[in-house]
Amino acid sequence: MSAPIAPAPVLDLRQVTKVYGAGETAVHALRGVTLTVERGDYVAIMGASGSGKSTLMNIIGCLDVPTSGTYLLDGIDVRALNENQLALVRNRKVGFVFQAFNLIPRMTALANVELPLAYGGIKAAERRRRALAALRMVGLADRVGHQPNQLSGGQQQRVAVARAIVTAPALLLADEPTGSLDTASGREVMRIFDRLSASGRTIVLITHEPDIAAHAKRVIRLTDGRIVEDIRRSPVSGPPPRLAEVTS
Amino acid sequence: MTAAEIVRFALRGLTANKLRSALTTLGILIGVAAVILLVAVGEGSSQRIRENIQRLGANTLTVLPSTTGGGPGRMPGGYRGGERAGPRAQARDLTLEDAQALADPARAPSVKSVSPVVTAPGQTAAYEGASHSIGQLVGTHPSYFAASNKPVAKGTYFFNDDVLAARKVIVLGRTVAENLFGTVDPIGKQITVSGVPFTVVGVLKESGSSGFQDADDLAIAPLSAVQQSLTGFGPLGQILVQAKSADAVDSAQQEIAQVLNERHGITNGATPDYRILNQAALQETVSEAANTFTVLLGAVAAISLIVGGIGITNIMLVTVTERTREIGIRKAIGAPNRAILGQFLAEATVLSLLGGLLGVAVAVIGAQFTIAGVKPVIVPGSIVLALGVSVAIGLFFGAYPAGRAARLRPIEALRFE
Repeated sequence: MSAPIAPAPVLDLRQVTKVYGAGETAVHALRGVTLTVERGDYVAIMGASGSGKSTLMNIIGCLDVPTSGTYLLDGIDVRALNENQLALVRNRKVGFVFQAFNLIPRMTALANVELPLAYGGIKAAERRRRALAALRMVGLADRVGHQPNQLSGGQQQRVAVARAIVTAPALLLADEPTGSLDTASGREVMRIFDRLSASGRTIVLITHEPDIAAHAKRVIRLTDGRIVEDIRRSPVSGPPPRLAEVTS
Repeated sequence: MTAAEIVRFALRGLTANKLRSALTTLGILIGVAAVILLVAVGEGSSQRIRENIQRLGANTLTVLPSTTGGGPGRMPGGYRGGERAGPRAQARDLTLEDAQALADPARAPSVKSVSPVVTAPGQTAAYEGASHSIGQLVGTHPSYFAASNKPVAKGTYFFNDDVLAARKVIVLGRTVAENLFGTVDPIGKQITVSGVPFTVVGVLKESGSSGFQDADDLAIAPLSAVQQSLTGFGPLGQILVQAKSADAVDSAQQEIAQVLNERHGITNGATPDYRILNQAALQETVSEAANTFTVLLGAVAAISLIVGGIGITNIMLVTVTERTREIGIRKAIGAPNRAILGQFLAEATVLSLLGGLLGVAVAVIGAQFTIAGVKPVIVPGSIVLALGVSVAIGLFFGAYPAGRAARLRPIEALRFE
């Protein structure tokens, strides 16, 4: 980072816990997670199912609020926000990529990518320009008029990536982005993530596949709601470790 | 999000399930069309009733004897006589003298004309082999034509001279003239009525059917001639009194009552042995009844509109459940609650508004036809009301499902399969 003053980290979680239910049946999904992610980092969060990684992703993505602890997203204290303000934060700061693609059916790729901009109150012409740019970026400039059911899984996931980055969010949050894809399509999607990382985007990737986690600069392992391992594989400011491999 | 975009989202949501949207729209369509059409039918029938009453003559009062029973020819073919139970001990009939007394300008200044009336039922008119059973043969004075609003189309009325001389002249209604003469000009021809020869002097203008009976199936002849040759010199069936103006009708009614009470020896408190029918009062009563009828029809139709609205709630609940995941996605990418609320409210409102507009179209087309013998008259207010109500129904019945959609929590909605 060449900035003279270190900017606020994109993610700053301190002793975050999440408890579902109460009393005897209470489930402690997170038992005090402290995590800081700098701008430009590329983090993989790994863990078996039940390790709390989905809960962590929901909290990081502002879909849920922690039971205790503090969470600053791009310097904003999320616990102080109401539902509509959370929606606004999700719109401006977070780009989601889901395992199941989660495109809206019967809407063209372009309309799907434009949707976050529409909710963000951006004018139609500007929206269109930015959505087309994002689709070009994921290599789908020739598929803008297709509806999700006319696209392959890999193409749908690339549309989802385009939708996630179209608002230029502070954080790109991907939950098992290759989980529903075949190897070739999965590699294609990971190449896009690596390129986005190389261009300076902050990415948090949730996965249980070591092969996918190997794309990240930093790998965090979660067990029973606690971070048990945090390995830096390459520097924050450098390129992602497997960039050369996937672009070659 | 602009309003146009919200509506576009709504249309996209609706076209995704065309059959379902069409059926829901149909519910509202039927409701709106029913409201407009039934109110139009009610309005049409009340207009027709008003016209019929108007046709009976303006500013007129009808005096009828008010006793039951009586011998033959007592109240031949008159208005609804004989309904009251129990004969009156000292009831007196209406006589020609009563009519003459009412015509006295000193005692009844508000009265313009008085026409004593006898009616002869079951008379058969014949002309050169053609015969026709006259619905109503009226014996009266010339003032009857003006008072009962029966202008002559061809020929002339008869005159007071004819009455005095008991000349056997007759004015035919359109139906009678057509049945007896066909295309032949009836003026000056001689017909027989139950064997008695009458000379036709005029034909009445067509007044059309009044619903229950053919108003043109009548003949009018001088009172004296009818009494002399057909009914005998019995009591009068009724006395038709025309007031000087619409304002004078009420005072004329009082004057008539005064004169008749005196003549019939009705003292204070006793029940009179006659009735006075006031056309204006009758019209008011009938109008009120017709309005009640219209309101009732509208209310029945409004129920079907509400049922259509419940259909909207139903279908929107299904839609929201079906699209839970979509709602979750929208929320995850930053849709505020009001955008989700707006989207589903707009869908419900578009459904109901579309149904409303189509319903208006159907009603307007349907009103071109005669329904149950009534020509419907569309009340513009009912269109505005039905459209407004259909939009309100969309908002009201869509509010609950839309609110449910807006309140969905994104993680739960996303987990929904």
